[in-house]
Amino acid sequence: MSAALLSIEHLSAISEREGGASILRDVSLSVAPGEVHGLVGESGAGKSTVARAILGMLPRAVRVTSGAIILSGTELLTLEPKRRRSLLGAHVALIPQDPLSALNPSRRIEAQLTDGLRMWKGCSAAEARRRALALLDEVQMREPERVMRLYPHELSGGMRQRVLIAAAFALEPRLVIADEPTTALDVTVQKQILRLIRDMQLRHDTGALFVTHDLGVVAQICDRVTLLFGGRIMEQGPTADLLLRPQHPYTRALVAASPRYDRPEDGLAPVPEAVMARCRQEIAAFDRGLHG
Amino acid sequence: MADANLAVPRPVGRPAAHPGPRRWPALLRDPKLMFGGGFILFLVLLAIFAPVVAPHDPLEQDLMAATLPPWGFAEADPAHLLGTDDLGRDVLSRLIFGTRVALTVAAVAALVAATAGTLLGLLAGYFGGWVDAAVSRLVEIWMAFPAVLLSILIVAVLGSGLTSVIVAIAVIDWTRFARVIRADTMAQAQADYVTAARTLGFGRWTILFREILPNVMPGLIALLALEMGIAVVVEAILSFVGLSVSSDTPTWGGMIASGRQIIYQAWWVFAAPLAAVFLTVLAFNQVGDGLRRLLDPVLRR
Repeated sequence: MSAALLSIEHLSAISEREGGASILRDVSLSVAPGEVHGLVGESGAGKSTVARAILGMLPRAVRVTSGAIILSGTELLTLEPKRRRSLLGAHVALIPQDPLSALNPSRRIEAQLTDGLRMWKGCSAAEARRRALALLDEVQMREPERVMRLYPHELSGGMRQRVLIAAAFALEPRLVIADEPTTALDVTVQKQILRLIRDMQLRHDTGALFVTHDLGVVAQICDRVTLLFGGRIMEQGPTADLLLRPQHPYTRALVAASPRYDRPEDGLAPVPEAVMARCRQEIAAFDRGLHG
Repeated sequence: MADANLAVPRPVGRPAAHPGPRRWPALLRDPKLMFGGGFILFLVLLAIFAPVVAPHDPLEQDLMAATLPPWGFAEADPAHLLGTDDLGRDVLSRLIFGTRVALTVAAVAALVAATAGTLLGLLAGYFGGWVDAAVSRLVEIWMAFPAVLLSILIVAVLGSGLTSVIVAIAVIDWTRFARVIRADTMAQAQADYVTAARTLGFGRWTILFREILPNVMPGLIALLALEMGIAVVVEAILSFVGLSVSSDTPTWGGMIASGRQIIYQAWWVFAAPLAAVFLTVLAFNQVGDGLRRLLDPVLRR
């Protein structure tokens, strides 16, 4: 077996609501310890479905038809739910998209930061509090003592995301799943938060699966990238290769469409229809292969 | 699979208890809470100390002093501030003793209805599927019964008395809570903090009662205060039709019923308990709205 922290092997899923339409088509990827793997695609490409499948939180209508999700040698999909929840709770953390809705509005930051420490590390209240303060300090929160006493609505968006990053790293997870963590933030804060996630991930030697639709974010933070379209992998490889020497026409079109400071008049063009048609053809060919 | 590289840990502690939002000075800045809460506190004190506060025995009849008008009118007796009824009983004393039944019914019936309704609402909203379908159909069927007729039926079957009145109100009004809490729970269950709690490995019941319940509390408390007001009215209605407590216990509904018959000779016997019911319901509603604002962390300033 490889040394991968997380490896997803030939994962396929269908949505029972849409008459059994495929939403993941033979997706394979792996995340090594200390590596950031970008999962990129437009809305509906299946990137969030992959993230949710790892966390065991697929919507009721979605069913995995084949494949495996292996976290450090343990296959998650066939694991008994209670054991899976414990395994995920202690070793996998989520940095969610909307930092306001991800914090419980009626509980103070202190309670929300110390929950995991008390539940999984058996910390006393004082010990959990001390560690939570150290975490807030580590994510460069000013006045951590004061922040601990506040409610989520009393923090700014960037501060909330810092709290969530602190909470995600509190249990020293092996894997962090970041689901578009900067989408809800403004651009200047985005940059700080990305740098913070990268710092934390390197310092703690944590593997990360970074879900995003933004190739600019990918360029800043990811070591490897998987590009999805319609639940099918279009291209996969090291970030530099994929962005500088894209092989697939869809990747080329996306890279060309990204805005650039040095050529503001270029870019922001839609992906050409011919490229979209090619992608759809590939998916159709794959589906034919399945049924015939 | 069994030879996992990572150990599967077991929870070794409990997450911190929910501390609850508390800012009592804010209570004093909200006029709704001040007046509504002050009036209800006043009623509670009256109910507790009724024998001390009431100027007369509420049951003491004095036919020589029947239908005396309230203080300030000609022929008024200063000993009877709100006058007397057709049997010469002191209206003020009866009003004061009436708060006992009114408040007991309001508090107990509303709490029982809230507990049952909230529990079912939480289950329906969080688990969805067949649980939701079952609770929702039950609520719909329940609400199709005419409420007052159903309560009269229940009291008629159980026999009159304080317990029957409380049971009747709770049995009818749990649906109000179930519906509101179900909708609130569904909205909260969508929030990412629930997902985060699940990723952390919290069980369903922990999430439901520790994460979601505190967030539906503001709505629940507002509804509870509203329900207490409604319970006061329903108790008055049941007293009015003679199905509440026995007639030798003074109740506001009973006073309204007997006052109605002599409204042309002694309107105050009718008006005083009516005003008491009106003010009490108003106070409960104000308190409900004020509490919702106070407890809701997002509305709070």
